[in-house]
Amino acid sequence: MDLFEYQARDLFEKHGVPVLAGAVATTEDEAFKAATAMGGKVVVKAQVKVGGRGKAGGVKLAVDANDAKEKAGAILGMDIKGHTVHQVMIAQAAPIVDEYYISILLDRSNRTFLVMASVAGGMDIEEVARTAPEKLAKVPVTAVDGISQAKAKEIIAQANFPADIAGQVADVLVKLWETFQSEDATLVEVNPLVKTEDGRIVALDGKVSLDENAEFRQPGHAALVDHAAANALEAAAKEKGLNYVKLDNGQVGIIGNGAGLVMSTLDVVAYAGEKFGGMRPANFLDIGGGASAQVMADGLSIILGDPDVKSVFVNVFGGITACDAVANGIVQALELLGAKATKPIVVRLDGNNVLEGRAILTAANHPLVEQAETMDGAASRAAELAAK
Amino acid sequence: MSIFINSSSKVIVQGMTGSEGTKHTRRMLASGTKVVGGVTPGKGGQSVDIDGHQLPVFNTVAEAISATGANVSVVFVPPKFAKAAVIDAIDAKMPLVVVITEGIPVHDSAYFYAYSLQKGTTQIIGPNCPGLISPDQSNVGIIPADITKRGPIGLVSKSGTLTYQMMYELRDIGFSTAVGIGGDPVIGTTHIDCLKAFQDDPDTTAIVMIGEIGGDAEERAAAFIAEYVTKPVVGYVAGFTAPEGKTMGHAGAIVSGSSGTAQAKKDALEAAGVKVGQTPSETARLMRAILGR
Repeated sequence: MDLFEYQARDLFEKHGVPVLAGAVATTEDEAFKAATAMGGKVVVKAQVKVGGRGKAGGVKLAVDANDAKEKAGAILGMDIKGHTVHQVMIAQAAPIVDEYYISILLDRSNRTFLVMASVAGGMDIEEVARTAPEKLAKVPVTAVDGISQAKAKEIIAQANFPADIAGQVADVLVKLWETFQSEDATLVEVNPLVKTEDGRIVALDGKVSLDENAEFRQPGHAALVDHAAANALEAAAKEKGLNYVKLDNGQVGIIGNGAGLVMSTLDVVAYAGEKFGGMRPANFLDIGGGASAQVMADGLSIILGDPDVKSVFVNVFGGITACDAVANGIVQALELLGAKATKPIVVRLDGNNVLEGRAILTAANHPLVEQAETMDGAASRAAELAAK
Repeated sequence: MSIFINSSSKVIVQGMTGSEGTKHTRRMLASGTKVVGGVTPGKGGQSVDIDGHQLPVFNTVAEAISATGANVSVVFVPPKFAKAAVIDAIDAKMPLVVVITEGIPVHDSAYFYAYSLQKGTTQIIGPNCPGLISPDQSNVGIIPADITKRGPIGLVSKSGTLTYQMMYELRDIGFSTAVGIGGDPVIGTTHIDCLKAFQDDPDTTAIVMIGEIGGDAEERAAAFIAEYVTKPVVGYVAGFTAPEGKTMGHAGAIVSGSSGTAQAKKDALEAAGVKVGQTPSETARLMRAILGR
């Protein structure tokens, strides 16, 4: 889960990373109040989870509270690369003398954590990595060893931070590690980390991503979820505990078991759909290994509630939950749904007890259900039905 | 032969007394796996009857090893306790630890993976994986044992159900070993580890490699194949239609920017001489063509 800048700022503050005063506002009046409370010049910053907002006009300096209100009015509701601005952060303005970069992230390729630090801050760090790699220190850190004060000093020295601030930056790095570890983050990034005129080191802008697998020990993280951004179908699926992702421009609803098989099903449908005027998968839905009737009914009801869906492809490989159990689940799900089931459903069952499973569906003889013997054949039929 | 597990593997089940642990211990026993005991802290000294097998329960993996000579552990404990369970196994110098548990925080898996490297005596498979099977010899994890039989194909995959699908497509030919390495961002055994083991296994004559979006493991595997693997490899990559920034079920299956796309992975594999199928069935046909069956 990616956080908004203001949420990242609050987490930094909680863990002792130096930040400037900041408050979130969703209306001009809230922006006015926040700027009044802060006093002096403030920066009004669009809160969107996408880069390049400064260039898009989403960050403005305001000379006083009235100006902040006006700037907030201009920024709220803006569209930045497809993201509508619903909130702004009112941040204290600070005279900056230098900008740096620092981040800790999960390095999948090397299966460890990685610190990146650079004195060339304030710009796109991928650009720095490409054009001036010598200015970007990359230091692996293991989860076992973490970042001690000594390790932090070593990293900061490697990144050639000036001696007068090296100690302060190393302190920030230790605090960032505490944030990273204790919040179960997969990314904490400060860009820019700045030196102010009065010589302080401050995290001016930050990005944080949190690991959703750690929800069980991070009770505070539920409050950070951006409900406004969730698609209504995705929200409904989440409530039912279903692993569902809505896809744009699709007509074939997909249900399958196992993430890999479902991903593969989307591809096979898109491939088959080329022959039927470009039919595409409308969603990802993994109902997991134990496909009970209730889970199947929940899944079908989400998909049938999607107005984009013209046909449904249920693709199940019977492993531990064998095909006969899955077939019973489908039959019972259709009974539960009754008249709400209105779209043709192509079912492909394979694997354990496949003959028994197919026989159950044949016996049920549901008018909406068709069976196909292979995954490729079923995808083609579902695409054909969607195109009708 | 086979890779990682064979008919002499002695397996303990961490979390055997839990419902998932018991269910899958029964299935592993039914498929001929030598399950020799279980570990549940606090329940040491008890014994569990599973279909007539009296299985002793130990408090720690070290006790289990000294009493049974186990050389493989399979972990079914819930995410909250998984880190402690794996560390217990590493401390006991268990040679192979297969972590089935789904939903382990990545800080925990990064920790136990780093810890295993420091100790240098434990290979981890998973987490969030279906385990592995050497058909008719040993079955460690949750892969259905009755899909296929022993044969010449080696299979490595991030995904469980795609593993089953591919085993089913090629069930008349059979497999030396099928390994589900898991879909998490940090896993203990990679495609490369399996490719190397299959290349070195005399009973494996051809390899199927199944990848999916996210990370660069497939690209690295492609480079390794070009350099090391002389046996024929066919590949499949899932996730061509996955949009950027959306996690597709597996915590690791996410396309970010230009990295981790299915097309990039397919291109890399093909450049290394791997024949890549457009669908699982087509991939199976490519394998049949290679084996002439």
